[in-house]
Amino acid sequence: MLLPAILYVTALVGAPLTLAVLYSVGDVRVGSRGYHFVGLANFFSVLGSPAFRRALANSFLFTISSQALVLVGSTLLALTLKDAFRGRRLLRFVILLPWVAPVSLGAIGWKWILDSIYSVVSWMLVHLHLVKPFEAPMWLGQPRLAMLSVILVHTWHMLPFATVIILAGWTAIPKDIPEAAAVDGAGFFRRLFQIEIPMMLPIINVALLFGVIFTFTDMTVIYILTRGGPYDSTQVLPSLAFFTGILGGDLAAGAAISIFLVPLLVAVAWTMLRSAHRAETV
Amino acid sequence: MAILETRALTKIFPKAEVGAVAGVDLATREGEFLVLLGPSGSGKTTLLRMIAGLEEPTSGEIRIGGVIVNDRTPRERGIAMVFQSYALYPHLTVFGNIVFPLKARGVPKAQRRGKAEWAAGLLGIGHLLARKPRELSGGERQRVALARAIVREPSLFLLDEPLSNLDAKLRASAREELEQFQRRIGTTTVYVTHDQVEAMAMGDRIVVMNQGRVRQIGTPAEVYDDPADTFVATFLGSPPMNLIETPEGILGFRPEHLAPPGTLAREEPAQTLRFRIGHEEYLGAERILYGALDGDPFAGQKAVARMSSTHAARFAPDTVHEFAVATRNARLFDRKTGLRTGPAVRP
Repeated sequence: MLLPAILYVTALVGAPLTLAVLYSVGDVRVGSRGYHFVGLANFFSVLGSPAFRRALANSFLFTISSQALVLVGSTLLALTLKDAFRGRRLLRFVILLPWVAPVSLGAIGWKWILDSIYSVVSWMLVHLHLVKPFEAPMWLGQPRLAMLSVILVHTWHMLPFATVIILAGWTAIPKDIPEAAAVDGAGFFRRLFQIEIPMMLPIINVALLFGVIFTFTDMTVIYILTRGGPYDSTQVLPSLAFFTGILGGDLAAGAAISIFLVPLLVAVAWTMLRSAHRAETV
Repeated sequence: MAILETRALTKIFPKAEVGAVAGVDLATREGEFLVLLGPSGSGKTTLLRMIAGLEEPTSGEIRIGGVIVNDRTPRERGIAMVFQSYALYPHLTVFGNIVFPLKARGVPKAQRRGKAEWAAGLLGIGHLLARKPRELSGGERQRVALARAIVREPSLFLLDEPLSNLDAKLRASAREELEQFQRRIGTTTVYVTHDQVEAMAMGDRIVVMNQGRVRQIGTPAEVYDDPADTFVATFLGSPPMNLIETPEGILGFRPEHLAPPGTLAREEPAQTLRFRIGHEEYLGAERILYGALDGDPFAGQKAVARMSSTHAARFAPDTVHEFAVATRNARLFDRKTGLRTGPAVRP
C-alpha cells in the first residue's frame, strides 16, 4: 500500500535532492565529464564570495519584509472581508486574483508599470507635479528602489493566499466569543489583539510558515523584474543559484548555494510547526 | 425604579416578515430572578441579545437603571451575560478569563487578583485558576462563565440557557446551586430557557413567550394554575392541561385535577365526566391515565388524568369510569382567541 507513495517521494523528492547533494560536494560543471569528490570545498568557496553573502542578506531582507507586509495586509483584509456586506463575494474574488493568475503574468504587468520609460506610476507622479519630467525615479534601476519594488510586487502576489487562510481562521472562531468579550467590556482593539488574533495564532503561524518558505525559495518576481540587478542589489539565494549553476554552468556551486537553503528552511519550518503545536496544546 | 425595562420592544429580521420579537413590555423587580420561557423560535434569546446590546432592536425602548440604552454598546450597558456555550476564551487560563472583564473596564491591576479570587471562591473553582478551559468539565466551565460574569458586580445578569450543555444528572444540582447563588448575590437576573422545570423551579416570575410575543407574566404558580391562554396552558405542565371543547368555550383542567369523585371533599362543587380509559403509564411515584371522555356532550375528546401511585383504585383498559373536576380547578378559554374568560382561583 505504501509502495506508490514511496516511489513517488523517491522519484520526485529523493532523487533530485540526492543529485543536488552529490553535485554540491563534487566538481561538476556543464560540459565536464568526470566527477571528483571535493568535500566541502564548494561551500567554502561560495561562502567566501561577496555575491553569495549579499544574496543571503537580500534573501532575509526580501523574505522578512515581504512577509511582515503580507501578515499585516492580510489581517487587515481578512478583518474587512469577514463580516457580511453587499458585494463581499465579488470583492473576495477580486482579491484572490493575484494568486490565481500565473505569477509570471502578473510580474510582467508590474514590469511595465515600473518600467523606466513607460511607467504609469511615474506618469502619474509627473502629472500630479510631484516630480519633474525626466527626473522620475527609476523603480527597477536604483538599488534601494529596486529592492522595494520587488518586495512590494511579491507582497502583492502573496497577499491573497495569506488572506484566505486567515479569513478561514477568523470564521472558525465561534461568534459567541467576540460577543462575550464585547459584553465583558472589551472595545474593538482589545477584542482584536487579546481575543481574536491570539485565538488565530496557530493559523497565522501556518500562513506565515508557507509564506516564508514560498518566498525564500521563489525567484519568479525577481527574475522577471530585475534579474537580480542592479549590481546584484536584488539578488537572492534562489536566483543566484540559478544564475551560477544553470546560466553560469557551475553546477557544483549552484547546487551548493541551493543546498545551503535546506537546513535553514528545515529550521524555520520546525520552529513554526512547534510553536503552532504549542499554541494548540498549552 | 426597575433595573431593566423594555417598552414595545420589537425585532424584525430582514428576511422574515413577522417579528422575532413583537412589542415586548417587561419590567424587572429589584433582585428578582426573571425567567423567559418559550419553545425554540419564540424570540426569547433574541430578546435577551437585544437587552445585552448584541442585537439592534427594530423599534421600542430598552431601559437599564431608568436610562434608555438603545444606542449604547454592550460595554456601556454595565451588564454581564453567560452564553449557552459559555464562550470562555480558550487561549486564556481560568484566571485570565475571570480577570478579563476587569482589565477591559480598567480596574487597577492591584485590585484585580483579589476580585478574581473572590469570584472564583464564591463558585468553588479557586483551585482551577491555572487551568485552560479545555481541561475543565462541563460543570466547571459553567462555573468559570458565572465567575467571569459576576466578577465586576454587574447591575444586571443575563443567562442564556446556561444549563443546557450539562448532562441530566448534573443539571439538577447545577440548577439548585445557581438558584442559591443568585439569592446570595441578589443581582437582578434574566434567565432564558425552554425547559419548564427550570423555569418553575428557579423563577420568581416567568415570562411565557411564543412567536415573539409575551403570552403571560406571573409567578410559577400563577402561570401554572391560571394560564392566560391555551398556549400557556398546554406549554406548561407535563402532561399538559386538558382542553375540552364545550358549548361555552374551551374547558381546561390539569390532569391531576381529573380524579375519581371520591377523592373530592363531599360538598365541593364539581363537574362529573365519564372517562374511558385507554392505557395507563406507571411512573413510580405517579400514574398517568390516557383516555377519552365518554357520553355527550364531550364524547370522544381526549383527556389525561394523573394520580399518585398510592391511589388504590385500578382501571382496566377500555372501561368507563366516573371522574370529576372540582369547579374551582376548571378554567374556561375563548374558543376563537384562546384567551382566558374565567373563572380564576384568585380574585
